[in-house]
Amino acid sequence: MAYIKIDADRCKGCYFCIKFCPKQLIIVSDTHNKVGYFPAQFLQEKEDQCTGCKTCALMCPDTAIEVFK
Amino acid sequence: MEKIFTRTPTLTSSETHFCPGCTHGIAHRILAEAIDELGIADRTIGIPGVGCCVFLYYYIAIDTLEAPHGRAPACATGMKRAQPDKIIFNYQGDGDMAAIGTSEIIHAANRGENITVIFINNSVYGMTGGQMAPTTLLGQQTTTSPYGRNFQTEGYPIKMAEMLATLEGVAYSARVSLHKPKNVMQAKKAIIKAFEMQINQMGFSMVEILSTCNTNWRVSPIEALDVIENEMIPYFPLGVFKERTGKDFL
Repeated sequence: MAYIKIDADRCKGCYFCIKFCPKQLIIVSDTHNKVGYFPAQFLQEKEDQCTGCKTCALMCPDTAIEVFK
Repeated sequence: MEKIFTRTPTLTSSETHFCPGCTHGIAHRILAEAIDELGIADRTIGIPGVGCCVFLYYYIAIDTLEAPHGRAPACATGMKRAQPDKIIFNYQGDGDMAAIGTSEIIHAANRGENITVIFINNSVYGMTGGQMAPTTLLGQQTTTSPYGRNFQTEGYPIKMAEMLATLEGVAYSARVSLHKPKNVMQAKKAIIKAFEMQINQMGFSMVEILSTCNTNWRVSPIEALDVIENEMIPYFPLGVFKERTGKDFL
């Protein structure tokens, strides 16, 4: 239905997207990015549940999220 | 699949220097989106003050002028009078605007200068290490008020949006917040409204944005959002304090 793309190297790990995702489709990644933060990660296997509401992108302070629908 | 949300063209691809979870990044993004939606990027000049907002020229692809501490409204006055067809905005923090630049902002507002002011209120001096600002809440611990701000010695937090709304030259004065998606959308609308006031030559417009400084508040980014909701908004109520509908002042 819809999906998001998180630029892991831009993510600073504030996890606002995880807090505000109404479907809880974003988790903390196991691996760190180039600057050492553990970025947010989209659950690809639950892509069919994403409605493309853009709430995660709206709250991302680092504009690391792109939304596709 | 079509891309429905991406970086707006006026926002550059530079990575910001802000701390993780600082809502300054959201403020920059909605400001760039507002400029793009109004289609004024080619004739907008930004004047960031001194503080964390100082690197605005790296992140927003418009012309900028760097003002000395607190003097951004004075620079904006000169810029607007020299080039009245340009859209001029200030982007200042609370240490810059409410402390060292109080004189400039009050007189620019009282003269009704046709400029827009974006005022970031995070209740501390962010860049210099979390010292007490005029907007620091009562009881809030900072590096220069380690026992909490006491009204008997340090006075009360200053409410800039309400104070400027009392001045005749002000066309628009509002306070918004960035702690929830709904508030972010309202903040963007308020910024667009403030720019429209300037485009329509209504007078001085100002948007106060409640922002987080989780590093100097010594909380996590998510807890900082709750601090805005539970501690800042009760003292700094959100809303529009003045909105001029016609040129009744002439």
